[in-house]
Amino acid sequence: MSTIGYENWAVDLANVGPIYPFQGWEIPMTIAGVIFWLAWHRIQFVRESEHLEKARKMGDPDKIAKHLDRY
Amino acid sequence: MDGNLNALTTVFTEFYYWVTVVFMFLIHVGFCMYEVGASRRRNHMHTLMKNVMVIPLVTVTFFFFGWWIYWAFPMFPFFGGLDHEMANANLPWSQTMGANLSDRITGVFWAAFLLFSWTAASIVSGSVIERIRSSALWVHAVLIGSVWWIIDAAWGWHYGGWMVQYLGYHDAYASGVIHAIAGGYALGVIMVLGPRIGKFASDGTPRDIPPHNPWMLTIGIFLIYTGFWGFYAACNVPAISPEVIDGQITGTTWTATNIYLAPTSLSAITFNFLMSLSGGLMAAYVVSKGDAFWTFSGGLAGVITASAGNDLYHPIQAMLIGATGVVVVYKLHFWVERRFKLDDAVGAVAVHGYSGVLGLIIAGFVLWGAPSSPYEGYAAINPVGQTIGAVIMFFVLGWLPGWAVAKMQAAAGVLRIPEEVELQGLDYAEHHAYEDAKIDIIEADKAHLAARATPAE
Repeated sequence: MSTIGYENWAVDLANVGPIYPFQGWEIPMTIAGVIFWLAWHRIQFVRESEHLEKARKMGDPDKIAKHLDRY
Repeated sequence: MDGNLNALTTVFTEFYYWVTVVFMFLIHVGFCMYEVGASRRRNHMHTLMKNVMVIPLVTVTFFFFGWWIYWAFPMFPFFGGLDHEMANANLPWSQTMGANLSDRITGVFWAAFLLFSWTAASIVSGSVIERIRSSALWVHAVLIGSVWWIIDAAWGWHYGGWMVQYLGYHDAYASGVIHAIAGGYALGVIMVLGPRIGKFASDGTPRDIPPHNPWMLTIGIFLIYTGFWGFYAACNVPAISPEVIDGQITGTTWTATNIYLAPTSLSAITFNFLMSLSGGLMAAYVVSKGDAFWTFSGGLAGVITASAGNDLYHPIQAMLIGATGVVVVYKLHFWVERRFKLDDAVGAVAVHGYSGVLGLIIAGFVLWGAPSSPYEGYAAINPVGQTIGAVIMFFVLGWLPGWAVAKMQAAAGVLRIPEEVELQGLDYAEHHAYEDAKIDIIEADKAHLAARATPAE
């Protein structure tokens, strides 16, 4: 048994196509990939919004002035 | 890969595109350095992170749908339906979109296009630094990198695209399909986003916000030049026979071609890349009176202006076209800045957008009547087709979506960072503990030194 469909390379390569594991599962893999991508945006968006809200009240005026001087 | 010649051609082509991809990575490194060099210290890490995360987000979305769009959209929606026959092999679940010994080209060809996508997104990223929310920019990055530019590529940068067939659109090294669209998109976003605090005086006079590190900027743009070599090579098909092209070319002489499968050579584009770079640098030096920022950017603008026709131009034509473009772009940048109070932090709208538009129109005149394609029945290159193409690239597929999405983000309050955060700096908010610790330890060390110091004798 092999996840890629070949247990050895005693084959004519002219007859070999895909060699990745779990062939036939491409659509479920795509769905999983798209969920991963969209979830990333959601998580990042929520975190950034919370972070910016906290950051608005975080600054010490003296330190901010020093930051501005540093350019 | 039947036969030694086919095998050699396939392996050479596979390796050729792979090398171009590695070279083009330097464009993104250069953009990162350029943006960080142009930003102020208090925004460095966020500026860098904003551009770095363009890489994975555009990559995965270009895998999921961007690549399919290129093959499905050449005639869609105005002159035909989706080309499912070509596009199905490029769906994310297609067996050729992975390790597959019967297809050794799709992966590297996909990657070459993908690196163009990063570039398009990164151009937009530069113009909005120091005030856009990262989450907002990353939505724009996905849209410009995996949707809008690849639609324009299907229409105008594909051997069967309707713009090529009916308008005679010619844009061999992407003056329009990458630079004009990205510059137009950036313009749409910054019109809604607004300028950085302090960019304009109360009477409306623009202030210069100089780069904090000109050396980083310099290295960044030289890396972009270097990556641009790879970009040029990636726009070519390296070796193909007339039989495979199956068009009007007669005989059996193999050739390199542009993306339209019309003949050119690496030698021709090497002449023209260097001469247009030189024309741009020289004109920018003169027009900016030796300003380093604009001289270096002018080199890039020179190449971009000549790129539409750099497969066919004479090198001296490429030089003069590059020089002309830079003068116009430089003047236009400052006029737009003063007139419309727009803050384009790195001059991206000008260097990429205006240069791209101008380059397309110039190519229409200089290459007037030249064949846009090796296939019968295609319109010849002409000024009207190129001008319509420039409008489609800059305004229709660039400016309009950028402006519309930015408007929606602004209405939802998720486009721009709060004013307090802009003043204190994006990095202050995140790294205040690091800064506090650093100040503490420096003061402690100084106190220790003072305690140990003895008066000079």
